[in-house]
Amino acid sequence: MSEGRFGEYGGQYIPETLMNEVQALERAYMHYKNDPEFTAELNTLFKDYAGRPSMLYFAEKMTHDLGGAKIYLKREDLNHTGSHKINNVLGQVLLAKKMGKTRVIAETGAGQHGVATATAAALLGLECEIFMGKEDTERQSLNVYRMALLGAKVNAVTSGTMTLKDAVNETMREWTRRVSDTHYVLGSVMGPHPFPMIVRDFQSIIGREARQQILEREKKLPAAVIACVGGGSNAMGMFYPFIEDKGVKLIGCEAAGKGVDTPHHAATLTKGKRGIFHGMKSYFCQDENGQIAPVYSISAGLDYPGIGPEHAHLHEIKRAEYVPINDEEAVCAFEYLAKTEGIICAIESAHAIAQLQKIAKNFAKDENIIVSLSGRGDKDVAAIARYRGVKVHE
Amino acid sequence: MSRIENAFKNGKAFIVFLTGGDPSLEKSEEFILEAEKAGADLIEIGVPFSDPIAEGEVIQAANIRALTNGTTMHDLFELAWKVRQKSEIPLVFLTYLNPVHHYGYGKFFAKCNEVGVDGIIIPDLPFEEQRELKTEAEHYGVNLISLIAPTSKERIEKIAKEGKGFLYIVSSMGVTGVRSEIDTDISAIVNAAKAVSKTPCAVGFGINTPEQAAKFAAIADGVIVGSAIVRIIAEHGENASKHIYEYVKQMKEAITR
Repeated sequence: MSEGRFGEYGGQYIPETLMNEVQALERAYMHYKNDPEFTAELNTLFKDYAGRPSMLYFAEKMTHDLGGAKIYLKREDLNHTGSHKINNVLGQVLLAKKMGKTRVIAETGAGQHGVATATAAALLGLECEIFMGKEDTERQSLNVYRMALLGAKVNAVTSGTMTLKDAVNETMREWTRRVSDTHYVLGSVMGPHPFPMIVRDFQSIIGREARQQILEREKKLPAAVIACVGGGSNAMGMFYPFIEDKGVKLIGCEAAGKGVDTPHHAATLTKGKRGIFHGMKSYFCQDENGQIAPVYSISAGLDYPGIGPEHAHLHEIKRAEYVPINDEEAVCAFEYLAKTEGIICAIESAHAIAQLQKIAKNFAKDENIIVSLSGRGDKDVAAIARYRGVKVHE
Repeated sequence: MSRIENAFKNGKAFIVFLTGGDPSLEKSEEFILEAEKAGADLIEIGVPFSDPIAEGEVIQAANIRALTNGTTMHDLFELAWKVRQKSEIPLVFLTYLNPVHHYGYGKFFAKCNEVGVDGIIIPDLPFEEQRELKTEAEHYGVNLISLIAPTSKERIEKIAKEGKGFLYIVSSMGVTGVRSEIDTDISAIVNAAKAVSKTPCAVGFGINTPEQAAKFAAIADGVIVGSAIVRIIAEHGENASKHIYEYVKQMKEAITR
């Protein structure tokens, strides 16, 4: 990587007001990532607070049922706050504190990243403000209250499509208003350099643990790893330690919403074009005039019109494969995992399970596949009930 | 002498921003010519974008109005061309990078050259990333106008040295929008820029009163007013011409005194 690029993707396409700040962030990160005290502190938080390492669970019933490779689930859903988001957030909030910041701000889609940021801010004693699309605050009202319980102020964003993209816009605007005491805890492997690198590094613990765990259990590397992709942080965290293992297929699952042949999807690599937005050169869903397109997914966490620049690069060099999974497939996978393994996963993660259901049988019985189960599904139960037309009282 | 240089040759320049296509292309043309008549020295035409991350609520709303009207880059080139048939006022596009990237850099600057757009301001293209399209801009003689922010500090020197057209001095932290108070030390920024560059400095972001305009014109070579104009357009719609005329005239007088 050079100058914050992955091939041609990445860069720092942001207002001048933020340039000194992102450069200072890069310097601070390059210093602290090699600082034994910082890494020891972070590892302690991972172990004692977040509950790491997360389990690598052999899904025996699903393995038999799907009739192919042995299926392993990397249980990020069992982390404190219920998703992989805590990995990045503990790293960034600790870094922000070392940089002398007293306040953090963050965008959130489903609310997982917002809850995680509010949690880390409460723990480490920083003021916290979260920006969330108004539509998402309605879809995920419990997470809004969770953030408030954790002491964060939640701002409902009413601009644009009122979803994740607009939450990012508003958080960037807020950062330009108040940069000296505030760190922007970006939630995914996106935005201007150094965020895609920093978030990937903090999330890479997923893949590092999984790689070690599978080698201990199976004495061999997986044939494939599968993860869902919105901005792409859990996928990047899972993929990164396997990139040099050329025999390991890397499969990212994008949200196809109501279908990639309709306008209602968020399948960036499948349907988007190259562009420059939110600080990075990457792929974006956009119209014939270069306006960012409204996107849709049942999953608020994948409802984003772009993708991290390193994914764009892995896609271009064909090291990773990205496939679309629609709402119906994801909901069926959500129900399937619950009934088969007794695990209610996040609707985001269910996109990865849906792809697993499609391809597991194509692998030999002595091969294994790891699926990143990025989050737990408590937050989605009401939405799934609505999708199925079942009335529940929340 | 280029049209942009002309804008700064007779005293302080008053720069007017409006969003192209708000409320319509015909009205944008009329408003531009009216502003010129009232004393505007340079016009920034905002290219509407779905996600203008450097804009406050007033200009965000104008972007939505223009996009709802179906305004495209093609329409804005046509608007610029129409103005150019009647006027020599310098025209600068303010646009986010993605619509330009999508249009194609070479094609975009060739078109600017053809219709008489003199410069371009891209809020999400900082100095380090200008190589993205610098070659094409220079090839077609279009000034790539750089921004300097209150946080730029030691970056001012390198930005100012390479400055083309004019230097856009961002007066305040945050996004565009009218402000009652601006407490940045603008003269320190302007002095730092002037020490290494002859490129004129114009101050923008937040300016809306004649007092503010006079204050910053005394320090810099010009002032830029956007949200205050766009607010007039939001309020008076198709009938905004005479209000724009009165406002621009008053502001221009304030900086010429």
